Amino acid sequence: MSIKSKLHDIKESFKGKTMAPAFNAFHTFLFTPNDVTSSGTHIKVADDLKRTMNTVIMSLVPCLIFGIFNAGYQHNFAIDAANGISTQASLFVNFLTFDNLMIGSMKVLPLVIVSYAVGLTVEFIFAVIKGHEVEEGYLVTGMLVPLIIPVDLPLWMLAVSVIFGVVIGKEVFGGTGMNILNPALTIRAFLFFAYPTWMSGDKVWVYDAVNRAGSPEAISGETILGSYAQNQDIIYSMSDMFFGFIPGSIGETSKLLIIFGALFLIFSKIGSWRIILSTLIGALVMGLIFNGVIEAGIITESSKFYGLMSVPFWEHLLIGSILFGAVFMATDPVTAAQTNKGKWIYGFLIGFISIMIRVFNPAYPEGVFLAILLMNVFAPTIDHFVIQSNVKMRLNRLKLKTA
Amino acid sequence: MSVDIVVSKGLDLRLVGAPSLQIEEAKFSKDFSIYPSDFHGIFPKLLIKENDSIKAGQALFFDKNSDRVKFVSPVSGKIKEIVRGDRRRVLEIKIEADKVISYKKIEKIKSEEPAHIIDFFLENGLWPFIKQRPYDVIADPNSNPKQIFISGFDSSPLAADFDFITKDEKESISKAISILSKLCNCPINISLRKESNSFLRELNDVIIHNVSGPHPSGNLSTIINKVSPINKGDIIWTLNLPDLSIIGKALLEGKFSAERIIALAGSSVSNPKYIKILIGSNISSFIKLKENNARIISGNVLTGVKLESSAHVRYYSNEITAIPEGNDYDLFGWAKPMFDKFSVSRALTFSWLFPNKKYDLNTNTNGEHRAFVVTGSFEEVFPLDIYPMQILKACMYKDLDEMEALGMYEVSPEDFALTEFICVSKQPHQDIIREGLDLMKKEIG
Repeated sequence: MSIKSKLHDIKESFKGKTMAPAFNAFHTFLFTPNDVTSSGTHIKVADDLKRTMNTVIMSLVPCLIFGIFNAGYQHNFAIDAANGISTQASLFVNFLTFDNLMIGSMKVLPLVIVSYAVGLTVEFIFAVIKGHEVEEGYLVTGMLVPLIIPVDLPLWMLAVSVIFGVVIGKEVFGGTGMNILNPALTIRAFLFFAYPTWMSGDKVWVYDAVNRAGSPEAISGETILGSYAQNQDIIYSMSDMFFGFIPGSIGETSKLLIIFGALFLIFSKIGSWRIILSTLIGALVMGLIFNGVIEAGIITESSKFYGLMSVPFWEHLLIGSILFGAVFMATDPVTAAQTNKGKWIYGFLIGFISIMIRVFNPAYPEGVFLAILLMNVFAPTIDHFVIQSNVKMRLNRLKLKTA
Repeated sequence: MSVDIVVSKGLDLRLVGAPSLQIEEAKFSKDFSIYPSDFHGIFPKLLIKENDSIKAGQALFFDKNSDRVKFVSPVSGKIKEIVRGDRRRVLEIKIEADKVISYKKIEKIKSEEPAHIIDFFLENGLWPFIKQRPYDVIADPNSNPKQIFISGFDSSPLAADFDFITKDEKESISKAISILSKLCNCPINISLRKESNSFLRELNDVIIHNVSGPHPSGNLSTIINKVSPINKGDIIWTLNLPDLSIIGKALLEGKFSAERIIALAGSSVSNPKYIKILIGSNISSFIKLKENNARIISGNVLTGVKLESSAHVRYYSNEITAIPEGNDYDLFGWAKPMFDKFSVSRALTFSWLFPNKKYDLNTNTNGEHRAFVVTGSFEEVFPLDIYPMQILKACMYKDLDEMEALGMYEVSPEDFALTEFICVSKQPHQDIIREGLDLMKKEIG
């Protein structure tokens, strides 16, 4: 008896039982089900939600692998720097090394595993309680979460915030497809407000920096944004920023790989190019406005805003996580605006507000996640006004007829 | 008069099993069936009993809500069985056919006054061929339409070529149109493919719309939305071109001739071609299948009705389609690259590489039912100036005001066939819209 028919028999025996969703989640992971169309169209396209989510995950994998190596690289780089050795990042000489891979895997993979294990457990429990199939939404969330947190975050904090994010961010609204806030960002927001010392500063971005703080072997790694916010000089070259050999959240440092991911998402028609493009435009416009303010001499070097305001407008896209947010966070179809016109407005405002928060909040300069969460809340309002114009068009037509 | 209409949004789905352009007379079916569920929204009240003898064109039942609307038998014979379901609702009327059909004589139309024409249609079973918008149901004979629309082609996959099946019906169809033009004081619109050489172009007093573009360019909603969008309170009557020949023959020959030329299509059919049959014929009299594990559909693959192996051609169907059933598992079907299935995305699905390939699709859902997640894809295949996902959601939470505001008066379930086909969440769009329309009809009227 083949594994296919064996599993089929088990599925039949589970039918109607409480644990059926749990078994089906594993079964449908192996085999797309033998369901046939019953009413409506007799044929369906090849894509299902699993394929859609899987496409997003595939576009994230390069960022994850880079993040693993970068975790190791930043650790060694910081130790060298503490010892007064300055090194130059080189992909094959000191980046793609076995040592970096080992250190990185040891730190990053547990975060990935905890994120998935805890999140999916919550999803399974809710699916069984509510008697519906396990929806695929968390597959992407579970991948995003480890990529947007500092490498040194304790695992238990991650577990607590994942539970909070999935329950409060998603399940209380009715599960996948019904949530208002992006679950991955809800998790990050919870971490940020509950454990702020673990989410910002110059220690958390490099493995072991927190541990060694105060000891003779202390190391540190300030992010570029942090340096700017404190009006310090930037020690990284433009190419380091672009390729990602810099400290930062695990998966969001390499702009090159994010751009690859974005192109893959746009090409496969899974990610909305409208949102990605308009977010970047919004960020550039805000950057330009600040550059103009500096140019006009309104803000001078004595101001605490000077550092980030004087960043050339295009450089904003290379620092921080605006690019990662635009490509992988803002495009979440459930929490974004759902009309095509609305997507332009939604994206533009995310970019615009991100840079604004970045400049005006030196204590915590990364504003992308707050901007996206804010616009998540306003997305239904944006859609409402877009749809109202369609409704008005119809009402005007009726008036014209009766007039 | 003729007008050009270009439809830009939509999707032409190419499938294996297009019928060859030859017409064959089917072996005469011994048993026939009429399904009242074909006439959406009516409540059948029977006029016959089991074992009654009936003639072709004799009324079988009428609609309880509109008792002038009668439904007639396509064939003469004996009522073999009346199958009933819950609360004794009539599901199927089985008729054992005579060897030679005897027709009920249809009286000549009294005068060409609208009221007399309507009576003629109602009395002789021709009225059910006139449907109305809003709600896409059989027209209310007391209503006053602002326009009449006739669909002169069907753009759905593997659909019957109306030009081909009506090529010998010029006389009857012209007669039907001339009567329809006197039925109400309103314009008659016919949609034709731009490249069509139909005889309809020679007719006077009709507006021909030359339509180009992908499916659903043949759906009347698409044309109506561009020509004369339906506002609240508007009524439009719609007809299907092949049905006009039945109306025309009733006028010319004085009998209800239920003859249709239908397409026999699909990858599971071993002999795809056109066949001449009577409405309600048993499909076993003409269909030959390549495989036993096949889905037989009365209608097309997007909007048709699933038939069992001993079933009958449905009342309005112009085609019978058979495709393989997809009741099998697929190992890692959600992750592996897909070459043999169709997709509008490029998520490791490669149908975008082969725009002219003909697909042999089966009935597998390719995934499970989920909540709506993906946005922005429906708009690509939906040509009306309506927000498809928002109107579907309004129907799901039954907000009548919102449904009305978003344009429910303009849509019919078939308009959502393509969005349903491409939906990654596998939601039943057509059922959702139909339930929404039913609710509106009940609450608003």
